Amino acid sequence: MKPLEYHAPGALDDAVRLSAEAGASPLAGGTDLIVQHRMGRVEVAHMVDLKKIPELNVLEFDKKSGLRLGAAVPCAALAECEPIGRLYPSLLEGAELIGSTQIQSRASVGGNLCNGSPAADTICALIVLDAVCVIQGANGSREVAAKDFMTGPGETALNKGELLVEIRVPPPAPLSGNGYLRFIPRNEMDIAVVCVAAHLVFDKDRETCLDAKIAVGAAAPTPLLVEQAGRALIGSKLDEPALKAAAQAASKAVRPIDDARGTAEYRRHMAGVLTRRAVGMAVNRFKESG
Amino acid sequence: MEKQTPGGRPYKVIGTRPIRHDGEDKVTGRAQSGADISFRDQLYGKVLRSPHPHARIVSIDASKALAMPGVEAVITGAELPQPHDRMFLSGEGGVENFRYVNDRVLASGKALFEGHPIAAVAAKDIWTAEEAVKAIEVTYEVLPAVTDVLKAMQPDAPLLHEEITTETLGEKKKESTNVCRHTQHKRGDVDQGFSAADVVIEREFTTSTVHQGYIEPHNATALYRSDGQITIWTSTQAPFWVRRDVAELLELPLSTIKVVPLEIGGGFGGKIAVYLEPLAVLLSKKTGKPVKLVMNRQEVFLATGPASSTATRIKIGVKKDGTITAAAAHLVYEAGAFPSNWAVMGSMCVLAPYKMETLLIDAFDVLTNTPKVMAYRAPSSPQAIFGVESVLDEIALELGMDPLELRMKNAVEEGDRRADGPKFPRIGLKETIQAAMDSEHYKSPAPSGPNQSRAVAVGFWFNAGLQSSATVGINMDGTASVVTGSVDIGGSRASMAMMAAEALGLKAEEVRPSVADTDAIGHTDVTGGSRTTFATGMAVYEACQDVLGQLKKRVATLWELPEEEIEFDGSAFQHADNGKDPMTVKELGAKLTATGGPVMGHSSVAPTGVGASFGVHIADVEVDPETGKVTVLRYTVVQDVGQAIHPSYVEGQMQGGAVQGIGWALNEEYVRNDEGKMMNPSFLDYRVPTMLDVPSIETILVEVPNPGHPYGVRGVGETPIVPPLGTLHNAIARAVGVRMRSLPMSPPKLSAALQAKGLEAIAAPTP
Ligand SMILES: Cc1cc2nc3c(=O)[nH]c(=O)nc-3n(C[C@H](O)[C@H](O)[C@H](O)COP(=O)(O)OP(=O)(O)OC[C@H]3O[C@@H](n4cnc5c(N)ncnc54)[C@H](O)[C@@H]3O)c2cc1C
Repeated sequence: MKPLEYHAPGALDDAVRLSAEAGASPLAGGTDLIVQHRMGRVEVAHMVDLKKIPELNVLEFDKKSGLRLGAAVPCAALAECEPIGRLYPSLLEGAELIGSTQIQSRASVGGNLCNGSPAADTICALIVLDAVCVIQGANGSREVAAKDFMTGPGETALNKGELLVEIRVPPPAPLSGNGYLRFIPRNEMDIAVVCVAAHLVFDKDRETCLDAKIAVGAAAPTPLLVEQAGRALIGSKLDEPALKAAAQAASKAVRPIDDARGTAEYRRHMAGVLTRRAVGMAVNRFKESG
Repeated sequence: MEKQTPGGRPYKVIGTRPIRHDGEDKVTGRAQSGADISFRDQLYGKVLRSPHPHARIVSIDASKALAMPGVEAVITGAELPQPHDRMFLSGEGGVENFRYVNDRVLASGKALFEGHPIAAVAAKDIWTAEEAVKAIEVTYEVLPAVTDVLKAMQPDAPLLHEEITTETLGEKKKESTNVCRHTQHKRGDVDQGFSAADVVIEREFTTSTVHQGYIEPHNATALYRSDGQITIWTSTQAPFWVRRDVAELLELPLSTIKVVPLEIGGGFGGKIAVYLEPLAVLLSKKTGKPVKLVMNRQEVFLATGPASSTATRIKIGVKKDGTITAAAAHLVYEAGAFPSNWAVMGSMCVLAPYKMETLLIDAFDVLTNTPKVMAYRAPSSPQAIFGVESVLDEIALELGMDPLELRMKNAVEEGDRRADGPKFPRIGLKETIQAAMDSEHYKSPAPSGPNQSRAVAVGFWFNAGLQSSATVGINMDGTASVVTGSVDIGGSRASMAMMAAEALGLKAEEVRPSVADTDAIGHTDVTGGSRTTFATGMAVYEACQDVLGQLKKRVATLWELPEEEIEFDGSAFQHADNGKDPMTVKELGAKLTATGGPVMGHSSVAPTGVGASFGVHIADVEVDPETGKVTVLRYTVVQDVGQAIHPSYVEGQMQGGAVQGIGWALNEEYVRNDEGKMMNPSFLDYRVPTMLDVPSIETILVEVPNPGHPYGVRGVGETPIVPPLGTLHNAIARAVGVRMRSLPMSPPKLSAALQAKGLEAIAAPTP
């Protein structure tokens, strides 16, 4: 490991400028970056700490415009922001699965996305909740939908020198429910073998599914919004044939690999199993919400 | 046998649960582990390791590394003395040849496993050392690698060592091969035995390479002084063996080396062999400064000594009433990159729990391009007994017999012989099976929900004796200090203090136990083989008898009475009929100066009355048929523990062993890619169970005292890792009707097996 320089700018512009330099890496909680650096998987000459920048520490909810989540806000803060658990339980579920209490008090949702892992625990929820990523670069600001944010293993829509500033999540429809779950062989301290988020919107009869979004993670080079799975549910009363069709669509859509965490075949199978279970969670959430 | 002291008195200290003497330092983090050692002028070492599982080393060029500022020395295999043939004990029944230890510590000629040390660097700080290692240029000629034991046995398999041929029943064959040893045990005519059986079942099993998974990585710091005196600070199970091995490898006089054992963060058999110690000594010799080396987790997985993967075939024949008539075992064990005898150990364990007239065991140690296998808690026993316990479970179902009854029917007892010859002394297998039958767990209704079931399995471990030394000093206030050479891994200091307190009539808190370095106590072998409380405990007991003998003389002086008329009754010195008040050891402390000066006892022992330990485990499980994930609902460990000195630490051993066995059964494995490289060398992806993956493990202590020890002690630490493999396997089979016969029974594997069977069939399992 070579020595490196540490910067902690207080202004977004400075951070953008510093991050554009050769060998620079933005640093949020560091729970991915520092580990990767120590293991020699990335070489960093400058670490640009983002935690002192006000724009990246926003955490606000508004009934009309929804949630604004600064990219450097630690996961632990999400539980303390009341509407998140009630309206976006799938996001909170993902954030609360990351590492441990200690890890969550450093790790950010922004870092979880920017790390670009297809197994990241918060991305699937953000995809089904229609979140938008706000990005700042030297030439200004742009927006990218959460579903398009990750572009390959370890790769994102960010160009060199661009920073993720915040994540915006619209308020969910009144008659809706969402949920997220992952499968791990143990019950703690593991990375998803497969994970699924589901977001369902119901008709006034409280039974017919008006809209459905299913996202599957860790089963392709990027997390996938599986539109066919959603379509299989829309218009149904979430009966057995609809659930089966959705599960099959998820199993079909994934492009998994064999690795130390599971076989491709197993991941394909699990994409279907977890799709059913995530839909079940979303239904229960909706029912519980009265 | 009554539970009492050799003098026939009930125990006062033994069997109680005092707070351990080393507890506070461990809880507060003040305890000094190996990596905590630091010196003002210390250098940091780093090892360059082979990225290839098998490659010829064409050249090593360290000139760029040596030119870097802050780099003080580089060593390669060329700097080790030439290897020589000499066999030695490497712990837990393991035997090694020094000729190959040199090669394991620093490669010469070929890299034989991924992570094989190629060179080592000493530099002013760890960052410089890491960069220097990257600057060493090595040219490799990559060779085909073999990591699977059965493939390695094939005639066309890549050969690891040209000079190795199979040793069959003491004879060397001609052709070079990876099969370094074939062992056989025979009793009677096994074919006749099988033809006399009503039911014969034969099955094949595999297990994966697993690691001990201790939390603390290996470390060593050495100082080679200009006067030729060497000190090594390290976390080891066997300081005296580290001294022996370093002396042997570097051709140094034993007496020039002092090894200071620091607190150890787990070993389980994996911290017996030397890895970093000789490198630290050589680097210190070159630089004249203390050099410290600490492995990272990846290095621990790749380049220390995991347990063998195995391929076994087990055949058992029984009469209708369950009596075993014959058994045959074919055992193939991964040796790793250098010759091992782990299959030999497996052959001694595989059928140990059961009586039978005829048997045939063939065991093969096979070289593979993987790290040299070392001891892991009851080494070789879990893999061997796994197959036997699974076949017996099938037999019990076939006969419609209670699985514990089947085991009771065939259980060995005093006087029965093991397959490899030795007769069992007093053992407690039958008592243990009975205790399991009588347990609340076994008597409670088995879980009856979908995909739930209960099963059992038996386990065995020999335990070891070896050599130990101890001194016991009486302080001027009448308290005592106990010094041994046994590194404390499982609470042994507390047990030593308690045994001394029992012998001297003191309280546990009035005895201070400590572990000495190799200059400060007589030779003491490894903390391993579950021998410490037994053998070192025996040395402590004998040293206390020495003390009592000396004290009796002082009492005789004080009372002006003949020594022969004075008795120590476990609490105090007494005289039958002269009206003297009894005098305790505590009271004598203040009188030592006046009666001739300080009193210290010592003893060195090599006890032979080792008592084997048997265990029975009971598990209730539930399988999620969709995901293949297994939940352990309830788990009980029943074990013959001889006499529990400190029951909490005995229970801790039983629970810890069970948890490691559960990990081995369900998730732990070295996952390798096509090139033979390990894909999961981290605790994230090498999945040992977490707190949330196991229920609270229940324990039942069966106390059948070992007549070979004054306090009835048997080793207890290893047996509990043996039964979980079979127990969970059988429970899963009974829950979902699929016999995996292959470990780990991880969710992807179990799910695939369930899908192959068809989920519908699982609804009504018929195992
Ligand atoms: C013990 C442990 C357990 C873990 N368990 C889980 C788990 O269960 N699930 C899971 O998903 N993850 C897990 N992780 C990984 C990690 O904690 C998460 O991905 C976390 O959300 C990363 O956030 P961070 O703030 O620490 O990111 P950092 O490490 O600071 O950054 C991650 C990457 O994103 C870049 N980056 C960060 N912020 C920005 C930004 N605003 N703009 C541009 N680039 C940026 C960094 O340069 C870096 O490349 C675990 C990690 C550890 C150490």
